[in-house]
Amino acid sequence: MSAMSTPNWNRRNVLQAAMGLAAAGGLAACGGNTGRSSGGGSGTALTQYFHAYGEAGTEQAIKKYAAAYKKADVSTNWITGDNFESALFAALLTKKAPDVFEFHPQLQLVKSGQVADLTDLIDPVKDDFNPNDIKSHTVDGKIYGIRMIDDPQFFYYRKSMFEAAKVEVPTTLEELSEAAAKLTTSKVKGVFLGNDFTAIQNVIIWSAGADTINEKNEIAYHTDGVVEGLKELRKLFTSGNVLLDAPTDFWDPSSLNQGLCAMQWGGMWSMPAMQKALGDDLGIFPFPKIGSAGKQSVYNGGWSIFVNAKGKNVEAAKEYVKWLWIDQKKYQEDWATSYGFHIPPRTSIASSATKLKSGLPAEGVKLFTDYGHFDNIAYDQTMQTAFAEVIASSIRKNGNPESALDTCDKKVNVELKKLFG
Amino acid sequence: MSTTTTRGVAQPAPAKASKARPRRGLRGNPTFNFWLFTGPFLIGLVIFVFVPIFWSVWLSFFDARYTVTPSHFIGFDNYKQILTNSGFPDSLLTFSVFAAFIVPTTWALSLGLALLVHRLRFMRAFFRSVFFLPTAVSYVAASLIWKMSIFSGVRFGLMNTFLGWFGVENIAYLANPSPPWYWVVIVSLRLWIQSGFYMILFLAALQNIPGELYEAAAIDGAKPGWQTFRYITLPQLRATSTAVILLLLIAAYQAFDEFFNIITLKATWAQTPLMELYKTALGTNQDYGAGSAGAVILSLLICLVTLIQGKFMGFGRGEEGK
Repeated sequence: MSAMSTPNWNRRNVLQAAMGLAAAGGLAACGGNTGRSSGGGSGTALTQYFHAYGEAGTEQAIKKYAAAYKKADVSTNWITGDNFESALFAALLTKKAPDVFEFHPQLQLVKSGQVADLTDLIDPVKDDFNPNDIKSHTVDGKIYGIRMIDDPQFFYYRKSMFEAAKVEVPTTLEELSEAAAKLTTSKVKGVFLGNDFTAIQNVIIWSAGADTINEKNEIAYHTDGVVEGLKELRKLFTSGNVLLDAPTDFWDPSSLNQGLCAMQWGGMWSMPAMQKALGDDLGIFPFPKIGSAGKQSVYNGGWSIFVNAKGKNVEAAKEYVKWLWIDQKKYQEDWATSYGFHIPPRTSIASSATKLKSGLPAEGVKLFTDYGHFDNIAYDQTMQTAFAEVIASSIRKNGNPESALDTCDKKVNVELKKLFG
Repeated sequence: MSTTTTRGVAQPAPAKASKARPRRGLRGNPTFNFWLFTGPFLIGLVIFVFVPIFWSVWLSFFDARYTVTPSHFIGFDNYKQILTNSGFPDSLLTFSVFAAFIVPTTWALSLGLALLVHRLRFMRAFFRSVFFLPTAVSYVAASLIWKMSIFSGVRFGLMNTFLGWFGVENIAYLANPSPPWYWVVIVSLRLWIQSGFYMILFLAALQNIPGELYEAAAIDGAKPGWQTFRYITLPQLRATSTAVILLLLIAAYQAFDEFFNIITLKATWAQTPLMELYKTALGTNQDYGAGSAGAVILSLLICLVTLIQGKFMGFGRGEEGK
């Protein structure tokens, strides 16, 4: 009997074991690798999503702050690669959606009820925030996100190369093209504007004296100045004086640090790494003006923290966000100045941050103050993608800027209609 | 085999006799066994294939921004949007041209490799492995190597270093679409990764061609080489060729990974249909309604192309039908 039954029993065992393993694996997957901070708090479990910052130590820092919070067990999902946006939005549709996440202010997120109203958290300290940051997160008088860092973007340049080529800091786009030509050698290209030129797509608009969309939420970028800028940039693109297809993009300091170019568009976050590599041989200037009606400009990017309004623990998440991004000024300063350089959105922190008070960082702060342009919450991702296609068509592909802008207008108008009716 | 005993040979053991008895319970039930083995796959198919397809069709008729459970029915507006106000039609056209090039090229290359390896008298396993190994490399990893190392636009990019020896200026293969050097990057990558897999299919088919056919052809005066290949080998590979072309065609329209990593979403050229749908539904726009409409159109198109190809090449027909 046993001789007959044993093989059958073993097959069952194998099947049962396999199913058991699969179930255990599934359970393990549910509980494992959550990035949960060890030694954190107890009680409510919260999850926060962050994109992977390039500066060393940032992941450890954000996990350290989370671990210091004792009222909830905060786990961090640190998303590497270029698809933070997709990973975040896909997760927001599921039951495993993050309670807290970083992103940029987007009207669509507010309209779809995805982000919680944080007005009550910010109101008591509202006056301590950069008013532009408050404005860019406000819809109908309610504030939907807390700015964590402001990231001005401008040109970095090698002073020694400018001196050798007898080039002055350019203030117009034509001067930038001329400087790039003089600075280009057999080994060094004059300028690096990012591999696909989309890093400068907003500053082109502002430097030409236009805007993305106006106060009435109408298209404001389609001007003669912008067309002129696109044509001039096409000339620059084909001049042979621009670094193209670099191994890393504008957000990484390597192109300037490795001597591949003499000028590089970049963010203030790269400043410590550039100073470390180049010492004092480093200067900065804003994007030059385009046309007679233009003016120099700096793009103030940055990241904000949001609470998932559809999450399971909205109140606990709001409490955590208040604790970290409003109450913990030390952590906010550490986050803004200990890794890459960013400008703290809180005036009190920005004015006391010693690392930003002198030298090149102080110049960066001045450019931010004098020439800065902030995100418009209504100029959403769809519109930005549409304008990125203008850059691709009219600068990189030699298309007609007017017709590229016409195509963009159609897409942006559809989006504006969806948002505002 | 007989169980009849002679000259005092022992009777068959009871255990053997019991084997002849019909199995008891569910284990012996063929219907139960059928569901036991196919059930899990069927459930997976329903959950991961059919439900998403039907959900996608349903979503395509709704305004589904930032949600996959929308409530606002908008009819065919998403179809209108995806066909008139997006890069989707252009991507279909681009990829029809891409498919028209890459399918015959890969077919010819993989068949050529299979013929070479098939004729080898030594180290056949080694070369088979060498050609097949790229199949194991992920498109993402290969794309990054192609983009950042081999075809980097700076002076220390592998290809630019090589061309520099002959006095050729650095080429920006990917940033500048004119001239369209990016196709060299994409096509070389795709051929490198794909050909080995299809070579294995052809190799298996070549090994199944009966030797007698070649002997008979030789007796009839057929010359070895092109004549034998043209009139014996190629017709015998018809079924495999049809399947390979079908798979290549579908793969061409489903191209995503290498284009996503090499060309990126921020271009207006070489955007695959899947990239356009990704951009619409999962990337920056989060418009699941319009994305679903595009997915439905693409699925119908692939079905249509497959049916047309099947009609012309006889895929799925028996020998008598040819």
